[in-house]
Amino acid sequence: MPEEHPLIEMEREIAGGDFQRAGDVSSELKNILQRAGFPPAFNRRVVIASYEAEMNVVIHAYRGVFRARVYSDRVHVEIDDQGPGIPDLELAFQEGYSTAPPHIREMGFGAGYGLSNMKKCSDVLVIDTRVQEGTKVVMDFFLSPSNS
Amino acid sequence: MKVRIRDIVEALGALVLVAGEMERGEVSGGYCGDLLSDCIANAEEGSVWVTVQSHPNVVAVASLVGIPCIVITNNQEVQEQTLEKAREQGITILKTPLSSFEAVSALSRLGISGKKRHV
Ligand SMILES: Nc1ncnc2c1ncn2[C@@H]1O[C@H](COP(=O)(O)OP(=O)(O)OP(=O)(O)O)[C@@H](O)[C@H]1O
Ligand SMILES: [Mg+2]
Repeated sequence: MPEEHPLIEMEREIAGGDFQRAGDVSSELKNILQRAGFPPAFNRRVVIASYEAEMNVVIHAYRGVFRARVYSDRVHVEIDDQGPGIPDLELAFQEGYSTAPPHIREMGFGAGYGLSNMKKCSDVLVIDTRVQEGTKVVMDFFLSPSNS
Repeated sequence: MKVRIRDIVEALGALVLVAGEMERGEVSGGYCGDLLSDCIANAEEGSVWVTVQSHPNVVAVASLVGIPCIVITNNQEVQEQTLEKAREQGITILKTPLSSFEAVSALSRLGISGKKRHV
């Protein structure tokens, strides 16, 4: 099957530690999906997972690139960061596990739910991480006939 | 049941920091919590969100969920960037001296019920 052309492509930089603009990229994607006419329940899944991945770059990494490709029946999202990487992925996926420092937790981050939210919301989640290099999160969301 | 944001202001003795769509705005439920990944996963669109958090990312989460009104409790100091972001997004920001528990009780008396959604 030839690679289908995306309807919309988006590429944005994410700056580690920038809490002022954190969430803007996911917001932009939400607007794109709404305008494209996808069902709200589907958009919500994509947006929650994208937000969590975006925030993980802001909180845990130095910088990252967010790419989204929107097709007629699916959305593909990649978040590629330069950062500390994740030494133990299985541990990181446990709800409640977080290495966020106290001042970040005070802001209401670091509950340790981000990765599990991403897993619940996406249909395919692949994480490729290298300690002291960075982390790449790839997610796919398929529009199902039940429209979510 | 829908409740007008204007009625919320009165019930909470709240200060309106950003009016947003307050004049016409309504909420259809409520959520309370201070953890952002909890709120984004569980809050329902159209709800009022009661929290002590007041930094700009709260507005980002509200906007992603589709929350029209944020109630910041315990008179927490609110950063100017938070207000700026809320103005851009048309989200109402209220500040009340009540604690989160007291605020939720008052909202409940107004007829707003807790809504939670599962991802
Ligand atoms: N992009 C990343 N780079 C480095 N470490 C990461 C990255 N994403 C996640 N981690 C590690 O995995 C842990 C768990 O991540 P998760 O998103 O589940 O929780 P959190 O970010 O700590 O808290 P929350 O998402 O609830 O605010 C993090 O505390 C961190 O140690
Ligand atoms: Mg996280």
